[in-house]
Amino acid sequence: MSYQVRIEQFEGPLDLLLHLIRKNEMDIYDIPIAEITRQYVAYLDAMKSMNLEVAGEYLLMAATLTHIKSKMLLPPQEEEELEEEELDPRAELVRRLLEYQRYKDAAADLQSFSLLGRDVFTRPVFAPELEEGGEDREIEAVGLFELTKAFRRLLEDIPETDFHEVTGERLSVTDRIHFLLGLLEIKKQGIAFADVFSGNPDRHEVVVTFLAMLELVKMRLVNLMQTSRYGSIWLFSSVGDEEPEAAKKEEDLLGCG
Amino acid sequence: MDAAELKSVVECLIFVSDGPIRLEKLAELTGLEPQEVTRILEELEEEYQRTGRGLILYRVADGYQFRTRPEYADWIRKLNRSRPFRFSGAALETLAIIAYRQPVTRAEIEFLRGVDSGGVMKTLLDKQFIRILGKKDVPGRPLMYGTSADFLEFFGLRSLADLPTLKEFSELRPEFDGTLAEQGAEDTDSETA
Repeated sequence: MSYQVRIEQFEGPLDLLLHLIRKNEMDIYDIPIAEITRQYVAYLDAMKSMNLEVAGEYLLMAATLTHIKSKMLLPPQEEEELEEEELDPRAELVRRLLEYQRYKDAAADLQSFSLLGRDVFTRPVFAPELEEGGEDREIEAVGLFELTKAFRRLLEDIPETDFHEVTGERLSVTDRIHFLLGLLEIKKQGIAFADVFSGNPDRHEVVVTFLAMLELVKMRLVNLMQTSRYGSIWLFSSVGDEEPEAAKKEEDLLGCG
Repeated sequence: MDAAELKSVVECLIFVSDGPIRLEKLAELTGLEPQEVTRILEELEEEYQRTGRGLILYRVADGYQFRTRPEYADWIRKLNRSRPFRFSGAALETLAIIAYRQPVTRAEIEFLRGVDSGGVMKTLLDKQFIRILGKKDVPGRPLMYGTSADFLEFFGLRSLADLPTLKEFSELRPEFDGTLAEQGAEDTDSETA
Protein backbone atom coordinates (compact mmCIF):
# COMPACT_ATOMS: atom_id res chain seq x y z
CA MET A 1 0.00 0.00 0.00
CA SER A 2 1.40 3.37 -0.91
CA TYR A 3 0.76 6.60 0.81
CA GLN A 4 0.40 9.95 -0.76
CA VAL A 5 2.09 12.24 1.70
CA ARG A 6 1.97 15.93 1.28
CA ILE A 7 4.94 17.63 2.87
CA GLU A 8 3.64 20.47 4.93
CA GLN A 9 5.22 22.65 7.46
CA PHE A 10 4.50 21.10 10.83
CA GLU A 11 5.56 22.66 14.09
CA GLY A 12 6.53 19.32 15.59
CA PRO A 13 5.45 15.72 16.16
CA LEU A 14 2.36 16.77 18.14
CA ASP A 15 1.29 19.04 15.31
CA LEU A 16 1.78 16.23 12.81
CA LEU A 17 -0.22 13.80 14.94
CA LEU A 18 -3.09 16.26 15.31
CA HIS A 19 -3.05 16.73 11.56
CA LEU A 20 -3.27 12.96 10.97
CA ILE A 21 -6.08 12.60 13.51
CA ARG A 22 -8.05 15.38 11.88
CA LYS A 23 -7.39 14.19 8.34
CA ASN A 24 -8.61 10.68 9.16
CA GLU A 25 -11.48 11.99 11.27
CA MET A 26 -10.33 9.88 14.18
CA ASP A 27 -11.76 10.20 17.67
CA ILE A 28 -9.01 11.76 19.73
CA TYR A 29 -10.23 9.89 22.83
CA ASP A 30 -10.04 6.58 21.01
CA ILE A 31 -7.12 6.85 18.62
CA PRO A 32 -6.57 3.72 16.48
CA ILE A 33 -2.95 3.54 17.52
CA ALA A 34 -1.82 0.93 14.97
CA GLU A 35 -3.21 2.97 12.09
CA ILE A 36 -1.83 6.29 13.26
CA THR A 37 1.60 4.79 13.92
CA ARG A 38 1.65 3.44 10.40
CA GLN A 39 0.76 6.78 8.88
CA TYR A 40 3.13 8.63 11.14
CA VAL A 41 6.08 6.43 10.22
CA ALA A 42 5.11 6.64 6.54
CA TYR A 43 5.30 10.39 6.84
CA LEU A 44 8.78 10.21 8.36
CA ASP A 45 9.89 7.85 5.56
CA ALA A 46 8.60 10.30 2.99
CA MET A 47 10.58 13.04 4.66
CA LYS A 48 13.70 10.90 4.53
CA SER A 49 13.16 9.97 0.89
CA MET A 50 13.07 13.66 0.08
CA ASN A 51 16.39 13.98 1.84
CA LEU A 52 14.85 16.13 4.55
CA GLU A 53 16.49 15.74 7.89
CA VAL A 54 14.09 14.23 10.37
CA ALA A 55 14.45 15.94 13.71
CA GLY A 56 15.08 13.81 16.79
CA GLU A 57 11.77 14.82 18.31
CA TYR A 58 9.91 13.14 15.45
CA LEU A 59 11.84 9.92 15.97
CA LEU A 60 11.15 10.03 19.69
CA MET A 61 7.44 10.28 19.01
CA ALA A 62 7.64 7.34 16.60
CA ALA A 63 9.21 5.33 19.41
CA THR A 64 6.52 6.47 21.84
CA LEU A 65 3.77 5.43 19.44
CA THR A 66 5.33 2.01 18.93
CA HIS A 67 5.69 1.64 22.68
CA ILE A 68 2.00 2.45 23.23
CA LYS A 69 1.04 0.07 20.46
CA SER A 70 2.96 -2.79 22.05
CA LYS A 71 1.56 -2.00 25.48
CA MET A 72 -1.97 -2.22 24.13
CA LEU A 73 -1.29 -5.72 22.90
CA LEU A 74 -0.36 -6.91 26.39
CA PRO A 75 -3.00 -7.91 28.90
CA PRO A 76 -3.28 -5.26 31.65
CA GLN A 77 -1.25 -6.05 34.75
CA GLU A 78 -2.98 -6.37 38.09
CA GLU A 79 -1.37 -3.38 39.81
CA GLU A 80 -2.18 -1.22 36.85
CA GLU A 81 -5.85 -1.92 37.26
CA LEU A 82 -5.83 -0.01 40.52
CA GLU A 83 -5.04 3.22 38.72
CA GLU A 84 -8.01 3.27 36.46
CA GLU A 85 -7.06 6.49 34.80
CA GLU A 86 -3.76 5.14 33.55
CA LEU A 87 -5.29 1.90 32.30
CA ASP A 88 -5.28 3.16 28.76
CA PRO A 89 -1.68 3.44 27.52
CA ARG A 90 -2.83 6.22 25.22
CA ALA A 91 -4.03 8.48 28.06
CA GLU A 92 -0.78 10.41 28.46
CA LEU A 93 -0.45 11.05 24.73
CA VAL A 94 -4.06 12.21 24.46
CA ARG A 95 -3.53 14.62 27.34
CA ARG A 96 -0.50 16.09 25.63
CA LEU A 97 -2.29 16.37 22.29
CA LEU A 98 -5.25 18.17 23.84
CA GLU A 99 -3.00 20.49 25.80
CA TYR A 100 -1.03 21.27 22.66
CA GLN A 101 -4.22 21.90 20.72
CA ARG A 102 -5.29 24.46 23.33
CA TYR A 103 -2.13 26.51 22.83
CA LYS A 104 -2.35 26.15 19.08
CA ASP A 105 -5.83 27.63 19.26
CA ALA A 106 -4.60 30.36 21.58
CA ALA A 107 -1.83 31.17 19.10
CA ALA A 108 -4.42 31.49 16.34
CA ASP A 109 -6.40 33.83 18.61
CA LEU A 110 -3.32 35.99 19.11
CA GLN A 111 -2.87 36.18 15.36
CA SER A 112 -6.40 37.54 14.99
CA PHE A 113 -5.83 40.57 17.22
CA SER A 114 -5.19 44.02 15.81
CA LEU A 115 -1.43 43.80 15.70
CA LEU A 116 0.71 46.88 15.98
CA GLY A 117 2.52 47.42 12.70
CA ARG A 118 0.22 45.07 10.81
CA ASP A 119 -3.33 46.25 11.46
CA VAL A 120 -2.94 49.31 13.59
CA PHE A 121 -0.26 51.99 13.62
CA THR A 122 0.90 54.69 15.98
CA ARG A 123 2.86 57.87 15.63
CA PRO A 124 6.50 56.86 15.13
CA VAL A 125 8.68 57.36 18.17
CA PHE A 126 11.59 59.79 18.07
CA ALA A 127 14.90 57.99 18.23
CA PRO A 128 16.05 58.96 21.72
CA GLU A 129 19.75 58.70 20.89
CA LEU A 130 19.39 61.52 18.36
CA GLU A 131 17.80 63.80 20.89
CA GLU A 132 19.95 65.93 23.10
CA GLY A 133 19.54 64.85 26.70
CA GLY A 134 17.81 61.72 25.50
CA GLU A 135 18.59 60.11 28.83
CA ASP A 136 16.48 62.67 30.63
CA ARG A 137 13.32 60.65 30.42
CA GLU A 138 10.87 58.94 32.66
CA ILE A 139 12.45 56.59 35.13
CA GLU A 140 11.32 53.23 36.34
CA ALA A 141 12.46 50.60 38.80
CA VAL A 142 15.35 48.36 37.79
CA GLY A 143 14.77 44.64 37.43
CA LEU A 144 17.16 42.11 38.88
CA PHE A 145 18.29 40.92 35.48
CA GLU A 146 19.04 44.39 34.16
CA LEU A 147 21.15 44.90 37.28
CA THR A 148 23.14 41.71 36.89
CA LYS A 149 23.64 42.52 33.24
CA ALA A 150 25.09 45.91 34.14
CA PHE A 151 27.34 44.28 36.73
CA ARG A 152 28.58 41.67 34.30
CA ARG A 153 29.32 44.34 31.72
CA LEU A 154 31.45 46.17 34.26
CA LEU A 155 33.37 43.05 35.22
CA GLU A 156 34.00 42.11 31.61
CA ASP A 157 35.96 45.31 31.12
CA ILE A 158 38.35 44.46 33.91
CA PRO A 159 40.94 41.79 33.24
CA GLU A 160 41.21 39.01 35.76
CA THR A 161 44.56 39.01 37.54
CA ASP A 162 45.99 35.53 37.36
CA PHE A 163 48.43 35.84 40.23
CA HIS A 164 47.82 35.82 43.92
CA GLU A 165 48.38 39.12 45.53
CA VAL A 166 48.74 39.57 49.28
CA THR A 167 47.74 42.99 50.43
CA GLY A 168 46.87 44.45 53.78
CA GLU A 169 43.69 46.28 54.51
CA ARG A 170 41.32 46.27 51.61
CA LEU A 171 37.99 47.87 50.99
CA SER A 172 35.14 46.45 53.03
CA VAL A 173 31.45 46.52 52.20
CA THR A 174 30.82 48.74 55.25
CA ASP A 175 33.37 51.29 54.00
CA ARG A 176 31.76 51.29 50.65
CA ILE A 177 28.27 51.78 52.15
CA HIS A 178 29.47 54.90 53.97
CA PHE A 179 31.19 56.11 50.84
CA LEU A 180 28.02 55.72 48.78
CA LEU A 181 25.86 57.41 51.41
CA GLY A 182 28.31 60.30 51.51
CA LEU A 183 28.23 60.57 47.74
CA LEU A 184 24.45 60.60 47.68
CA GLU A 185 24.42 63.33 50.35
CA ILE A 186 26.32 65.58 47.96
CA LYS A 187 24.57 64.54 44.77
CA LYS A 188 20.94 64.71 45.69
CA GLN A 189 19.84 64.37 42.09
CA GLY A 190 21.24 60.86 41.95
CA ILE A 191 24.38 59.10 40.67
CA ALA A 192 24.73 57.09 37.48
CA PHE A 193 25.63 53.46 38.07
CA ALA A 194 28.91 53.78 36.18
CA ASP A 195 29.95 56.86 38.19
CA VAL A 196 30.08 55.15 41.59
CA PHE A 197 33.28 53.41 40.63
CA SER A 198 36.63 55.13 40.61
CA GLY A 199 38.33 55.87 37.31
CA ASN A 200 40.15 52.57 37.04
CA PRO A 201 38.56 50.09 39.43
CA ASP A 202 39.90 46.59 40.02
CA ARG A 203 37.59 43.60 40.30
CA HIS A 204 37.68 43.73 44.07
CA GLU A 205 36.41 47.30 44.13
CA VAL A 206 33.65 46.56 41.64
CA VAL A 207 32.43 43.54 43.60
CA VAL A 208 32.55 45.27 46.97
CA THR A 209 30.84 48.39 45.64
CA PHE A 210 28.16 46.30 44.01
CA LEU A 211 27.54 44.42 47.26
CA ALA A 212 27.40 47.72 49.15
CA MET A 213 24.82 48.97 46.69
CA LEU A 214 22.70 45.87 47.14
CA GLU A 215 22.93 46.21 50.94
CA LEU A 216 21.75 49.80 50.70
CA VAL A 217 18.81 48.78 48.57
CA LYS A 218 17.98 46.06 51.07
CA MET A 219 18.12 48.60 53.89
CA ARG A 220 15.83 50.82 51.85
CA LEU A 221 18.31 53.67 51.88
CA VAL A 222 18.80 53.69 48.14
CA ASN A 223 16.50 53.30 45.16
CA LEU A 224 17.80 51.93 41.90
CA MET A 225 16.00 53.39 38.93
CA GLN A 226 16.40 53.22 35.20
CA THR A 227 15.87 55.92 32.62
CA SER A 228 13.23 54.43 30.35
CA ARG A 229 13.29 50.80 29.40
CA TYR A 230 16.80 49.42 28.87
CA GLY A 231 18.37 52.79 29.73
CA SER A 232 21.21 53.42 32.14
CA ILE A 233 20.83 52.70 35.84
CA TRP A 234 20.74 55.44 38.49
CA LEU A 235 21.05 55.45 42.27
CA PHE A 236 18.82 57.71 44.30
CA SER A 237 18.81 58.34 47.99
CA SER A 238 15.49 57.26 49.43
CA VAL A 239 16.09 58.78 52.87
CA GLY A 240 15.38 62.34 53.70
CA ASP A 241 11.86 62.92 54.80
CA GLU A 242 10.74 59.52 55.94
CA GLU A 243 12.08 57.85 59.10
CA PRO A 244 15.87 58.07 58.96
CA GLU A 245 15.86 56.66 62.52
CA ALA A 246 14.68 53.23 61.45
CA ALA A 247 17.18 53.22 58.64
CA LYS A 248 20.03 53.93 61.03
CA LYS A 249 18.99 51.03 63.24
CA GLU A 250 19.14 48.67 60.29
CA GLU A 251 22.55 49.93 59.38
CA ASP A 252 23.78 49.07 62.88
CA LEU A 253 22.51 45.57 62.45
CA LEU A 254 24.64 45.20 59.38
CA GLY A 255 27.66 46.46 61.40
CA CYS A 256 30.19 43.74 60.73
CA GLY A 257 29.93 44.22 56.92
CA MET B 1 -9.64 76.28 32.10
CA ASP B 2 -12.98 74.92 31.00
CA ALA B 3 -13.87 71.30 30.47
CA ALA B 4 -13.52 71.42 26.68
CA GLU B 5 -10.00 72.82 26.93
CA LEU B 6 -8.99 70.19 29.47
CA LYS B 7 -10.17 67.52 27.12
CA SER B 8 -8.03 69.01 24.35
CA VAL B 9 -5.02 69.09 26.68
CA VAL B 10 -5.46 65.41 27.50
CA GLU B 11 -5.81 64.68 23.78
CA CYS B 12 -2.51 66.49 23.07
CA LEU B 13 -0.69 64.65 25.83
CA ILE B 14 -1.80 61.27 24.56
CA PHE B 15 -0.83 62.20 21.01
CA VAL B 16 2.66 63.42 21.86
CA SER B 17 3.55 60.72 24.38
CA ASP B 18 6.17 58.27 23.12
CA GLY B 19 4.12 55.26 24.18
CA PRO B 20 0.88 54.47 25.90
CA ILE B 21 0.49 57.14 28.60
CA ARG B 22 -0.78 56.10 32.01
CA LEU B 23 -3.82 57.53 33.72
CA GLU B 24 -1.75 58.53 36.75
CA LYS B 25 0.66 60.43 34.52
CA LEU B 26 -2.19 62.32 32.88
CA ALA B 27 -3.64 63.19 36.29
CA GLU B 28 -0.24 64.40 37.48
CA LEU B 29 0.34 66.56 34.39
CA THR B 30 -3.10 68.14 34.33
CA GLY B 31 -3.49 68.39 38.09
CA LEU B 32 -6.86 66.69 37.83
CA GLU B 33 -8.27 63.94 39.99
CA PRO B 34 -7.87 60.47 38.41
CA GLN B 35 -11.66 60.04 38.30
CA GLU B 36 -11.91 63.28 36.36
CA VAL B 37 -9.25 62.10 33.88
CA THR B 38 -11.05 58.79 33.49
CA ARG B 39 -14.23 60.65 32.62
CA ILE B 40 -12.42 62.78 30.02
CA LEU B 41 -10.78 59.67 28.53
CA GLU B 42 -14.10 57.92 28.26
CA GLU B 43 -15.54 60.94 26.47
CA LEU B 44 -12.61 61.09 24.08
CA GLU B 45 -12.81 57.38 23.42
CA GLU B 46 -16.50 57.66 22.66
CA GLU B 47 -16.10 60.75 20.44
CA TYR B 48 -13.41 59.17 18.29
CA GLN B 49 -15.48 56.02 18.00
CA ARG B 50 -18.74 57.82 17.19
CA THR B 51 -17.43 60.34 14.67
CA GLY B 52 -15.66 57.60 12.72
CA ARG B 53 -12.21 59.23 12.79
CA GLY B 54 -9.18 57.45 11.36
CA LEU B 55 -7.82 57.13 14.84
CA ILE B 56 -9.12 55.24 17.84
CA LEU B 57 -8.16 55.85 21.44
CA TYR B 58 -6.82 52.49 22.60
CA ARG B 59 -6.15 51.28 26.09
CA VAL B 60 -2.99 49.21 25.94
CA ALA B 61 -0.43 48.01 28.45
CA ASP B 62 -1.84 50.11 31.27
CA GLY B 63 -1.91 53.30 29.22
CA TYR B 64 -3.74 55.23 26.51
CA GLN B 65 -2.62 55.61 22.92
CA PHE B 66 -4.04 56.77 19.60
CA ARG B 67 -3.88 54.08 16.96
CA THR B 68 -5.16 53.98 13.42
CA ARG B 69 -8.25 51.97 12.61
CA PRO B 70 -7.45 48.41 11.50
CA GLU B 71 -9.50 48.84 8.31
CA TYR B 72 -7.08 51.47 7.00
CA ALA B 73 -3.97 49.30 7.44
CA ASP B 74 -3.40 48.98 3.68
CA TRP B 75 -3.16 52.74 3.24
CA ILE B 76 -0.59 53.10 5.97
CA ARG B 77 1.46 50.26 4.60
CA LYS B 78 1.51 52.17 1.31
CA LEU B 79 2.99 55.12 3.15
CA ASN B 80 5.52 53.03 5.04
CA ARG B 81 6.17 50.81 2.04
CA SER B 82 6.23 47.85 4.39
CA ARG B 83 4.97 44.35 3.95
CA PRO B 84 2.46 43.10 6.49
CA PHE B 85 4.20 41.71 9.51
CA ARG B 86 4.03 37.95 9.98
CA PHE B 87 4.83 35.82 12.98
CA SER B 88 6.10 32.30 12.36
CA GLY B 89 3.90 29.52 13.65
CA ALA B 90 6.60 28.47 16.09
CA ALA B 91 6.92 32.01 17.47
CA LEU B 92 3.18 32.38 17.98
CA GLU B 93 2.85 28.99 19.65
CA THR B 94 5.73 29.71 21.99
CA LEU B 95 4.40 33.16 22.76
CA ALA B 96 0.94 31.78 23.49
CA ILE B 97 2.36 29.20 25.89
CA ILE B 98 4.46 31.82 27.68
CA ALA B 99 1.55 34.28 27.85
CA TYR B 100 -0.81 31.77 29.41
CA ARG B 101 1.61 29.76 31.52
CA GLN B 102 3.98 32.37 32.88
CA PRO B 103 6.21 32.06 34.79
CA VAL B 104 7.31 29.12 32.66
CA THR B 105 10.67 27.45 32.01
CA ARG B 106 12.12 26.51 28.65
CA ALA B 107 11.78 22.80 29.51
CA GLU B 108 8.07 23.24 30.21
CA ILE B 109 7.58 25.05 26.91
CA GLU B 110 9.45 22.35 25.03
CA PHE B 111 7.43 19.61 26.68
CA LEU B 112 4.18 21.31 25.68
CA ARG B 113 5.32 21.93 22.10
CA GLY B 114 7.18 18.66 21.71
CA VAL B 115 10.11 20.39 19.98
CA ASP B 116 13.26 22.30 20.81
CA SER B 117 12.33 25.94 21.35
CA GLY B 118 15.69 27.54 22.16
CA GLY B 119 16.02 29.41 18.88
CA VAL B 120 12.55 30.86 18.80
CA MET B 121 12.80 31.88 22.46
CA LYS B 122 16.03 33.71 21.79
CA THR B 123 14.36 35.65 18.99
CA LEU B 124 11.42 36.51 21.22
CA LEU B 125 13.84 37.70 23.92
CA ASP B 126 15.81 39.78 21.41
CA LYS B 127 12.62 41.36 20.12
CA GLN B 128 11.64 41.95 23.74
CA PHE B 129 8.30 40.21 23.55
CA ILE B 130 9.33 38.05 26.48
CA ARG B 131 11.57 38.62 29.47
CA ILE B 132 13.26 36.64 32.20
CA LEU B 133 11.23 36.68 35.39
CA GLY B 134 13.63 34.84 37.67
CA LYS B 135 14.87 31.39 38.47
CA LYS B 136 12.67 28.50 39.41
CA ASP B 137 13.33 26.95 42.80
CA VAL B 138 13.94 23.44 41.49
CA PRO B 139 17.20 21.55 40.84
CA GLY B 140 19.21 23.29 38.14
CA ARG B 141 17.47 26.60 38.90
CA PRO B 142 16.17 27.06 35.34
CA LEU B 143 15.19 30.53 34.14
CA MET B 144 11.52 31.42 34.15
CA TYR B 145 10.05 33.44 31.31
CA GLY B 146 7.08 35.76 31.01
CA THR B 147 5.69 38.31 28.59
CA SER B 148 6.76 41.97 28.56
CA ALA B 149 4.93 45.29 28.32
CA ASP B 150 5.96 45.31 24.63
CA PHE B 151 3.97 42.12 24.20
CA LEU B 152 0.82 43.83 25.52
CA GLU B 153 1.43 46.86 23.30
CA PHE B 154 2.02 44.74 20.24
CA PHE B 155 -1.14 42.72 20.64
CA GLY B 156 -3.17 45.72 21.82
CA LEU B 157 -3.94 44.25 25.23
CA ARG B 158 -4.60 46.22 28.39
CA SER B 159 -3.25 43.49 30.61
CA LEU B 160 -2.80 39.74 30.66
CA ALA B 161 -6.34 39.49 31.99
CA ASP B 162 -7.42 40.67 28.52
CA LEU B 163 -6.23 37.44 26.92
CA PRO B 164 -9.13 35.26 25.86
CA THR B 165 -9.61 32.35 28.21
CA LEU B 166 -8.10 29.10 27.04
CA LYS B 167 -10.65 26.75 25.64
CA GLU B 168 -11.24 23.98 28.11
CA PHE B 169 -11.66 20.44 26.95
CA SER B 170 -14.51 19.76 29.29
CA GLU B 171 -15.44 16.64 27.34
CA LEU B 172 -12.49 15.06 29.07
CA ARG B 173 -14.23 15.07 32.42
CA PRO B 174 -17.95 15.62 32.00
CA GLU B 175 -18.66 15.03 35.69
CA PHE B 176 -16.41 17.94 36.62
CA ASP B 177 -18.40 20.22 34.37
CA GLY B 178 -21.62 19.13 36.04
CA THR B 179 -20.46 20.05 39.54
CA LEU B 180 -19.41 23.47 38.31
CA ALA B 181 -22.81 24.12 36.78
CA GLU B 182 -24.49 23.05 40.00
CA GLN B 183 -22.33 25.38 42.04
CA GLY B 184 -23.19 28.20 39.68
CA ALA B 185 -26.88 27.51 40.13
CA GLU B 186 -26.50 27.55 43.91
CA ASP B 187 -24.71 30.87 43.80
CA THR B 188 -27.44 32.57 41.84
CA ASP B 189 -30.00 31.04 44.19
CA SER B 190 -28.40 32.52 47.27
CA GLU B 191 -28.11 35.88 45.54
CA THR B 192 -31.77 36.07 44.75
CA ALA B 193 -32.75 34.88 48.24
